[in-house]
Amino acid sequence: MKRAIAIGVLAALTSFTAAAETYPQRPITMIVPFAAGGPTDVVARIVAEPMSRALGQQVVVENVTGAGGTTGITRGAQSAPDGYTIMVGHMGTNGAAPALFKGLKYDPATSFDPIGFLGGVPILIVAKKDFPAKDLKGFIEALKAGGPKINQAHAGVGSVSHSTGVLFDSQVGVKPTLVTYRGTGPAMNDLMAGQVDFMADQIVNVGPQVAGGTVKAYAIATPERAPSLPDVPTMKEAGLPGYEVSAWNAVFAPKGLPADVKAKLVAAVEAALNDPTATKRLTELGSNIPKADERGPAALQKLVESEVARWTPVLRSAVESNQ
Amino acid sequence: MTDLLSNLGLGFAVALSLQNVALCFLGCLVGTLIGVLPGVGPIATIAMLLPITFGLDPVGALIMLAGIYYGAQYGGSTTAILVNIPGEATSVVTTLDGHQMARQGRGGIALGIAAIASFFAGTVATILIAALGAPLTKLALIFGPAEYFALMVMGLAFAVVLAHGSVLKAVAMILVGILLSTVGTDLETGQERMTFGYAFLTDGVDFSVLAMGLFGIAEILRNLDQSETRDVVRAQIGRLLPGAAELKQATPATLRGTAIGAILGILPGNGAVLGPFASYTIEKKIARDPSRFGRGAIEGVAGPESANNAGAQTAFIPLLTLGIPPNAVMALMVGAMTIHGIVPGPGVMTKNPNLFWGMIASMWIGNLMLLVINLPLVGLWVRLLKVPYRLMFPAILMFCSVGIYSIGSQPTDVMLIGVFGLMGYLLIKFGFEPAPLLLGFVLGKLMEEYLRRSLTLSRGDLMIFLERPVSAVLFVIAFAIIAAALLPSMRKSRDEVFTEA
Repeated sequence: MKRAIAIGVLAALTSFTAAAETYPQRPITMIVPFAAGGPTDVVARIVAEPMSRALGQQVVVENVTGAGGTTGITRGAQSAPDGYTIMVGHMGTNGAAPALFKGLKYDPATSFDPIGFLGGVPILIVAKKDFPAKDLKGFIEALKAGGPKINQAHAGVGSVSHSTGVLFDSQVGVKPTLVTYRGTGPAMNDLMAGQVDFMADQIVNVGPQVAGGTVKAYAIATPERAPSLPDVPTMKEAGLPGYEVSAWNAVFAPKGLPADVKAKLVAAVEAALNDPTATKRLTELGSNIPKADERGPAALQKLVESEVARWTPVLRSAVESNQ
Repeated sequence: MTDLLSNLGLGFAVALSLQNVALCFLGCLVGTLIGVLPGVGPIATIAMLLPITFGLDPVGALIMLAGIYYGAQYGGSTTAILVNIPGEATSVVTTLDGHQMARQGRGGIALGIAAIASFFAGTVATILIAALGAPLTKLALIFGPAEYFALMVMGLAFAVVLAHGSVLKAVAMILVGILLSTVGTDLETGQERMTFGYAFLTDGVDFSVLAMGLFGIAEILRNLDQSETRDVVRAQIGRLLPGAAELKQATPATLRGTAIGAILGILPGNGAVLGPFASYTIEKKIARDPSRFGRGAIEGVAGPESANNAGAQTAFIPLLTLGIPPNAVMALMVGAMTIHGIVPGPGVMTKNPNLFWGMIASMWIGNLMLLVINLPLVGLWVRLLKVPYRLMFPAILMFCSVGIYSIGSQPTDVMLIGVFGLMGYLLIKFGFEPAPLLLGFVLGKLMEEYLRRSLTLSRGDLMIFLERPVSAVLFVIAFAIIAAALLPSMRKSRDEVFTEA
């Protein structure tokens, strides 16, 4: 009996020291704060596969939904910083959330160890197909002349189309009437039917409609044109250089990760972004693959800080004027 | 016509490849098995199974996903009949007569007729999509917010008017349902409403949580205090499949249900949820002996089930032709399509004819598979009813809890099932029926959204509902129904739609 205990203790000790030396010893949970099948979930599942290969342990996606994604991110922020719980945050949860959720239990800039940027999906400004303006300049003039007579659709407060849409309005200096939808699908339906005049949305949602001629795109909010829509000018080309925005996703870990664990996770994300199958799939989704200077924890930290600073004033005033 | 035939020919050539038939079968089977777990409806099933299609080619993957969708949809009806838990909004009405049939030992017949009615509706809807898919999309664009609001008002008018005897109680239940639907973050302002500061309420109450509690858990509680009804389900199993007389009885209901469901399914704004309710209302209204309804009338299963399946099928029209997901399940399908490199939109039909027609052909094959899978399974499901309650009830509770937890990983969801279960039990005890509450809950959320959207677009002018012809007609019908009900002579013939016992 004594011997058995001794062996047990010895075994436990060796496994303990092994665990400390070689992370990871068991599967890693990757919290996705949205339902399975949504845009962030899809991106997470695409990168989870090559990350698993790089780490030698399965990265398991767990969907923790609720409160615009902040429930899942809160749970992730409060979990042990041992590298076995990481999360995929996006423009909303780790950028716009402080402006939208008053009792937020985390601070995007300080509650996390940033791991890596996963890229962003470009935003386009699209209008109903018979909107008279020929180009973005004409469109902005029409918005200024029309004032509240113009109807702008969005998919609910806190959605990408809402945040990016009100940012566009504030940069251009117009106040159209906001029409709320539950999700971009119904909003697109009414845009095609001409019930509303315009909206801002991700290329993955609007691209096919633009290509099919059922809605009209005025400009894309990225530095370069999209390969799938070569005729749509960039904001800079169209005359609104300051409006650059995308719906981005990134990997975060709870604050206080051991340095070696963090290094392994950063390397795993890097491996995923260099994986040809993963990048091909991300590109097909309309997501831009991060360039060299956008990768790594430091770049992500900078991005989060600039995003929080950018969204807070715009969204606060948009939400307050609505209440 | 020749176009249609050659297109369908192409479709079947794609769908009938050995691999695709196998995937279709696998999808239907897995969908049925998972969908049968109480509370795990089509949305959760597709979401959970989505990753397993990642390795397939796009056409095969979508065929499999469509199979999962039909399978889960049908699985939801199976739980509605067997354990009184509707898998989603469209199978709520199936619980009314379907579960009664099961309690009377006619569960096999109910399941059989549901499978046959669904297959028939699926066949008609497939032909409809192939022949008229493109022109029908115009209908989707005619329906703006005002029209949807009018449609939802009409739906509630049906429910109010036909709930006889307990009109007051039915209205009360509908209002409670609408009240529950307003819990959560307000879409337009981002303000929290009636959440009492609890984080788990910020996204509102989930339909499956409410349905599982009010129907499933409440049913268990009710059975526990009534020893006599406990034996009814266990006593006899009865015949497993419907006979000729029953088929004949169910046929007209199936035809009407198919037509209603197919039309409402085309509307992208969740029009399909009204299909089964409308079908049930009509069947009960025109039945010679309406009192049979709620006591195991076979038309009350055949009509709504065909409407449900026809709607599930025609819901693909806006997705495939406009690229617009009409409901949460279709939104998931869009996600699946984009993962596989196909972005649904107006160009899909011309750019990917293989995919478009292959999917349409596979819809029909999927429906056939469901029939093939489910008719033999009926015996198995019904035998489940023989399981002693001391084993079955804990099992149902466990599956409900695991099912709901797996969707959002929220312990509070599991607790809420218990709360709603207790509430459902008390409601039954006091003679209130949970079905109008659920209808109010489903329609309430949509009504509020459409009302506010219409008024935003009209800058607050209520005339928008009367100036638009379609909306005006729907309102006239709604008021006509209510006015007719107020006439004393009509009142006598009013029936109870939602009364179960």
